[in-house]
Amino acid sequence: MNPEKKFTLRDAVNQGLIAGLITSLISMVGMVELFSKRQLIANLMTTAQVFILLAPALLSYQSARKSAKNNALASGAVTGFFASIPIIVLVLLASAFDLRQFLVNVSPNLISTLTFGQGPVVGSLILVAINTLIGLLAAILHQLDEKIRNPILTGLLWTLLVGMFSEILQERLRAFFGISFTNLIIRSKALQPTVAVILLVGITAIAYFWGQRGASFSERIANQSATQRRNMIIAQRVAFFVLLLAMPLLLGTYLSEVVNNVGIYVLMGLGLNIVVGFAGLLDLGYVAFFAIGAYVMAILTSEGFLGVAQTSFWVALPVSVITAVAAGIFLGTPVLRMRGDYLAIVTLGFGEIIRIMANSDLLKPFIGGAQGVLQIPKPSFFGTSLIQPGQLYYVVLGGVLLAWFVSTRLSNSRLGRQWMAMREDEDVAEAMGINLVNTKLLAFAIGAGFSGLSGAIYASKLTSIFPHSFNLLISINVLSLIIVGGMGSLPGVVIGSLILVGLPELLREFAEFRLWMYGALLIVMMLAKPEGFWPSAITKRELHAHDESIPIEEPAAAD
Amino acid sequence: MKKMLFILSVLVVASMVLAACGPAGPAECTDELGCAVYGPEDPIRIASALVITGPDAQLGLDSQHGVEIAIAMRGNVAGHSVELQAEDDGCNAEGGQAAGQKIVSDPSIVAVVGTSCSGAGVPMSKVISEAGYVMVSPSNTAPSLTDPAQAWNPGYLRTAHNDKVQGAAMAKFAYEVLGLKTAAAIHDGDPYTEGLANAFRESFESLGGKVVAFTAVSKGDTDMKPVLTAVAASEGGAPEFLFFPVFTAECAFLAKQTKEVTGLENTVTAAADGCFSAAAAEAIGEAGNGMYFSGPDLSFSGDTYTTFKEQYNTLFGSDPISVFHAHAFDATNMIFDCIEKVGVTSDDGSLSVGRAALRSCLYATSGYQGITGTLTCNEYGDCADPKISVSILENGEYKRIWP
Amino acid sequence: MQRRLQNINYLDLVLWLIRVSIIVIVVWGSIATLSDNPYSGRNWIDFIVFGIAQGSMYALIAIGYTLVYGVLFMINFAHGEFFMSGVMTATVFVAGPLSASGYLDRQPVISLLLILAVSMLTSVGVAVLTERIAYRPLRKAPRLVPLITAIGASFFLQYTFRGLYGSEVKPFPQVEALSGKIPFLGTELLESQLVVIIATVIMLVGLYLFVMRTKTGKAIRAVAEDKDVAALMGIDVDRTISITFALGAAMAGAAGVLYALVFRQVHFFMGFLPGLKAFTAAVLGGIGSIPGAAIGGLFLGIFESVGPPLFLDGLNVPAYHQLKDVIAFTMLVLILIFRPQGIIGERLAEKKA
Repeated sequence: MNPEKKFTLRDAVNQGLIAGLITSLISMVGMVELFSKRQLIANLMTTAQVFILLAPALLSYQSARKSAKNNALASGAVTGFFASIPIIVLVLLASAFDLRQFLVNVSPNLISTLTFGQGPVVGSLILVAINTLIGLLAAILHQLDEKIRNPILTGLLWTLLVGMFSEILQERLRAFFGISFTNLIIRSKALQPTVAVILLVGITAIAYFWGQRGASFSERIANQSATQRRNMIIAQRVAFFVLLLAMPLLLGTYLSEVVNNVGIYVLMGLGLNIVVGFAGLLDLGYVAFFAIGAYVMAILTSEGFLGVAQTSFWVALPVSVITAVAAGIFLGTPVLRMRGDYLAIVTLGFGEIIRIMANSDLLKPFIGGAQGVLQIPKPSFFGTSLIQPGQLYYVVLGGVLLAWFVSTRLSNSRLGRQWMAMREDEDVAEAMGINLVNTKLLAFAIGAGFSGLSGAIYASKLTSIFPHSFNLLISINVLSLIIVGGMGSLPGVVIGSLILVGLPELLREFAEFRLWMYGALLIVMMLAKPEGFWPSAITKRELHAHDESIPIEEPAAAD
Repeated sequence: MKKMLFILSVLVVASMVLAACGPAGPAECTDELGCAVYGPEDPIRIASALVITGPDAQLGLDSQHGVEIAIAMRGNVAGHSVELQAEDDGCNAEGGQAAGQKIVSDPSIVAVVGTSCSGAGVPMSKVISEAGYVMVSPSNTAPSLTDPAQAWNPGYLRTAHNDKVQGAAMAKFAYEVLGLKTAAAIHDGDPYTEGLANAFRESFESLGGKVVAFTAVSKGDTDMKPVLTAVAASEGGAPEFLFFPVFTAECAFLAKQTKEVTGLENTVTAAADGCFSAAAAEAIGEAGNGMYFSGPDLSFSGDTYTTFKEQYNTLFGSDPISVFHAHAFDATNMIFDCIEKVGVTSDDGSLSVGRAALRSCLYATSGYQGITGTLTCNEYGDCADPKISVSILENGEYKRIWP
Repeated sequence: MQRRLQNINYLDLVLWLIRVSIIVIVVWGSIATLSDNPYSGRNWIDFIVFGIAQGSMYALIAIGYTLVYGVLFMINFAHGEFFMSGVMTATVFVAGPLSASGYLDRQPVISLLLILAVSMLTSVGVAVLTERIAYRPLRKAPRLVPLITAIGASFFLQYTFRGLYGSEVKPFPQVEALSGKIPFLGTELLESQLVVIIATVIMLVGLYLFVMRTKTGKAIRAVAEDKDVAALMGIDVDRTISITFALGAAMAGAAGVLYALVFRQVHFFMGFLPGLKAFTAAVLGGIGSIPGAAIGGLFLGIFESVGPPLFLDGLNVPAYHQLKDVIAFTMLVLILIFRPQGIIGERLAEKKA
């Protein structure tokens, strides 16, 4: 947006119409109806209502932010008012015609939700009133002093989040404090109104006081001596490790399962990060190595009729990794001369070839074809079979820590620097005496190794594998997560996995809209933070190289 | 900082202690696998784990609709309303496992209807079984799932028929009723279709027929003409009977394009229940005239199925979009019946359902009158009425012709 | 220099081994198939015709990839969704009602033109909106970022249209006027396939002329060459990029209608695979080049159709049609090993890629 451009009434109207269109779209695809019965705050507010009011509220806030101070309130209200117009059009159209023969989700139930159960005419009036009010409130909120506004926003956000994730919270509360106590707070996924108020007020207050004392706090940290600081860092690390080790106890079965799934992707992400993030080789067929690792593990350990050796998990694990490394070199060789998008499409082809071959009748006698490999035992550790997700967690954690260690060591090694040089410019790198063939092959091989490790753990965790599990979406997901996290950044991989693997898992409630949300999330995140959530120091510098206002930081804190 | 660390460690220790104590089960529950307990006002909670995202979504949504209608038509079970927790099995193994872990972490869920896909069912049945829960699948047909030597786990049942039954029925129909001696089968690499096509091939050959071509397409393929041309040019000559037990999209492509391929103009075509729905009939259109479909025998269920369809239309705005809604409906009702049978209502109106009792009640189901037939479960949870009917499609209407 | 040569020798050896082994399998399989001779000459002509018809559709979709790649150097993963959105909308809102009222059979030409118009307009609308919202703000971002938004847009559009129109397969009405067969070289050609092939040729030639001969086309080429210089020459870069997206999407919308004419059903997931294949075709032909997209599409279509029976039948591979994508991708690898810039791509593309 051009800051000098004056924000006019027309802009406010446009914002409103856009908000209304967004809400209409959310309604028409069926999301509002899906959540029309889901109470966010018991007997007070449903999740559907949040979806109806979210876009008007956000865009009214925008309007207020952009317009001049003296007519900010008016802009907000105007935006809110016009946000209701497209929705009313939808309501009236749906009442007049049978839109459902075209748009399956425009059902009577949706219309009654949109009109708060009051019929089209009265409902529309209510809608206008509420939207205008929301717009006005959003504008007022914006006009407040920053010290008060930010805590209120934090409070609102957290209360909404708690409401959204109430299902998981409910389960955890039950496990720790019993059913009767939980029912006081959350009952069949709905927050109790008093609890919601306490949460809102409490979090706002905490955020307010935190903001007040934040300055002196950071000053105190800045004034610490070097020893003190080092001690603190050590203490932090120890605390972090204790937390990592105690995680399954805190999280319970289901969340441990989610964390395990995230961990499997972190492992793959760390591997692909070497290929794409460090070496700059765009690989869209990364799932191939994952599949190879999984199949080797499956065939070696399966107790079913496809198993060839019935070895233990720990014997099969290195074999899987080595096979994946070999495959990385084998598939890497023909593509050494290709660059950029040619490389992308060829690797994508390799991924598909592996999946199709695994699914084919040709290899069915050996690896099960479409029927997959069954009866893979879970890993056992000194005689205990690691059945529970909370136990398997430690295997995943071990794998991730290993890959993390290797990645950190590599990124600062000679090889890591060679990769980065190659990523920046292959021709120059070669001229500097870097052996492109070996460097590239090493990137492919190490990346493939991590992926194979991940696949092996995955097969053992699932106890049965099918070719469908190794489709292109996995490659895409892994690539997305490293870019969302921040290319070349190791903590970024973890953040990316949490957002793109963990979050959809926790939002199971969204059912058929999970992939819809996933798509929207990818777009919004890339628009908001193109460099990723936790960019590596180098990327950060590159992105801001052109604006001199930001001082160039030392890459001392590089990952 | 030290303070924070202290608080953190206290938290960790506290949670360990709490986790170790855990919530003790209600005193009156004597069931070896524990009980699901509901207060007087609480709804009974069941879960579904069906494929509701991705390209196969209509299969799972249709079954989920069946569950929802069963709940709506039933009203109250043992004096409690019923709440459905709908999960997604993603039609893949990891989706099934995650959904299973989520379900078993909720002690208020008493039983599960799911999964849609056999691939998801294998790991999920393991999770469900280990946690002492019970699941009834409306659409898993892989033989391995009820084979104790392969993937069967206690607590797993299904109302869908085993692939072996349906494949054999179709082979019998083609060979004995239609009197056709050569056949071909096409699958799409899905475990379900591959299993069914294989079962058909084995039965047809054991009856004395000749399978001249056994081939496959890939999911998402649209141009089937090369495959069909190759089938028409098989060594044994063009087959008289062509069986493609695939899902709606590929099935409609195959049905339409068979008519366009030289050499297959007179071949009799047939599909299975993956393509047996009003939506599929509409998708196939005129090319489906005279095509045969095998599927569960829904004809004798009469009134219940008519009411069911009306409900479906009012609730979801269309005719059933796939075939397993009826199996899901039966599965849900079987569970409800057993809850009523084994549930213990105490004086204050709260209900306690023993999990082991529920399991054995379900396995003992016998002569249950559902809309997919008379269901009797065997010891490994195969409950489907082994009656498969064959219908012919004429002008967009299915007409049952056999048996 | 000596070391470098050794390097190349090792690599070349491996590449040659791969080439030779693929070619040996192909030749051996072909000889085995042909000596066995399960298919008549007529079958082979059929396979080729099917391949050309399928390839034409790939070519039309591939154009969109190539145009966008030409100006933005970005793989527009959502392009398959532009294809789907147009034909889905046209089917639900136009083709369905027209067929139900019988108008489609009475006035097939007008109806088809109407369907085509709605499909192309919807695709263009979706494409321009997507470009405006999801891609334009990222012009200056690192190269992979727009790729991820494109993937996001792809999911978002897929599931939006699924939410709007439902998840079931929707039938596209059969057009009576196009359901016949025409005798051709001893076999029969489906009229719908003929329409596809002719329409593709017309559109490709039209597009080529548009890009080469009109002022807008010149602007597109200028932007593809160098955005900054083009802007200095007074070309509105943003507008030109929008037009490029619109052109590509219009082709995809038309391809959607042709797809529906041949296959007579639509589905919210239908854009994914053709999109992937068209992308492959674009790379195969040499991404960034319009004739390249056409040739790549035809190549891919023919390989998919002829490849499995020719190469694999003789090797006694069971259910070999399952492996047609393996053949397609192996061919891709083979061609790119020989010619890393695609069949007729410019050397230049390699540097920019």
